[in-house]
Amino acid sequence: MIVHPTTAGMLLAGVLFVLGLISILVRRDIIFMLLSVEIMLNAAGLAFVVASSHWGTADGQVMFIFILAMAAAEVSVGLALILQLYHQLKTLDSDEAAKMNG
Amino acid sequence: MMGTAFYIAAFIAILATVMVITRYNIMHALLYLVVSLLAVAVVLYLYGAPFMAALEVIVYAGAIMVLLIFFVMMLNLGKESAAQEKLWLKPRIWIFPSLLCIILLGELVFLVLQNHQPVSEVKMVNPKEVGIALFGPYIMAVELTGMLLMAGIVGAYHLGRQKEKTLHRFLENDQS
Repeated sequence: MIVHPTTAGMLLAGVLFVLGLISILVRRDIIFMLLSVEIMLNAAGLAFVVASSHWGTADGQVMFIFILAMAAAEVSVGLALILQLYHQLKTLDSDEAAKMNG
Repeated sequence: MMGTAFYIAAFIAILATVMVITRYNIMHALLYLVVSLLAVAVVLYLYGAPFMAALEVIVYAGAIMVLLIFFVMMLNLGKESAAQEKLWLKPRIWIFPSLLCIILLGELVFLVLQNHQPVSEVKMVNPKEVGIALFGPYIMAVELTGMLLMAGIVGAYHLGRQKEKTLHRFLENDQS
């Protein structure tokens, strides 16, 4: 069976994205939710690079660089937030944060 | 030839990602996440973007993973952490991710040695074009990304700062 390379790459990106989405919906550990966001961002970047190689233009790879920078900023702020949450609640369960008031 | 290499890397990426989302221990999940990112880097190399593959390894599998591992290690304070680390690094835990990594490395070495060219449907985009596009029409987005990173630094510093304890001056005199 011959699959066009663009189709195969897009399918891989879609599968990785859905796995990240399932993980962020199922897991309650807040670090795992951050990891799932990383997986989803990575899948989106892969889709951009596959599209870029399909059309033979550099735009998709430029978007991949932006996604990379955005993921770095996101993970640093996310980890700082998790640290604050851990100091306040003494747990990494995201359900505990639902009771946060004041 | 590209088909086989792509399917091996894609299979490893999906397998490692499934292992990430089914682990209960965060360190085991991080080990598999590194394997998943390396597999995606090989896929990027196959799609004619070697510079993006290098960036993926350096930034994702290097910087972001080190940040996460450092953070997880920092949260595990206390006496039990040493015994727990010994428990984490049993050969049973790291032998399977290492096996996947060795397969990926072999595949990459094979592709580099045979002076790999992408198949005809996939067009190679060299880093020079990416740089010209990045600092030509996309210069505004580059500046916005710089502002985003600046906001990230300031936000992380502000959120990560410990709240300083303010004691009443009588209590301060008691302690000293």
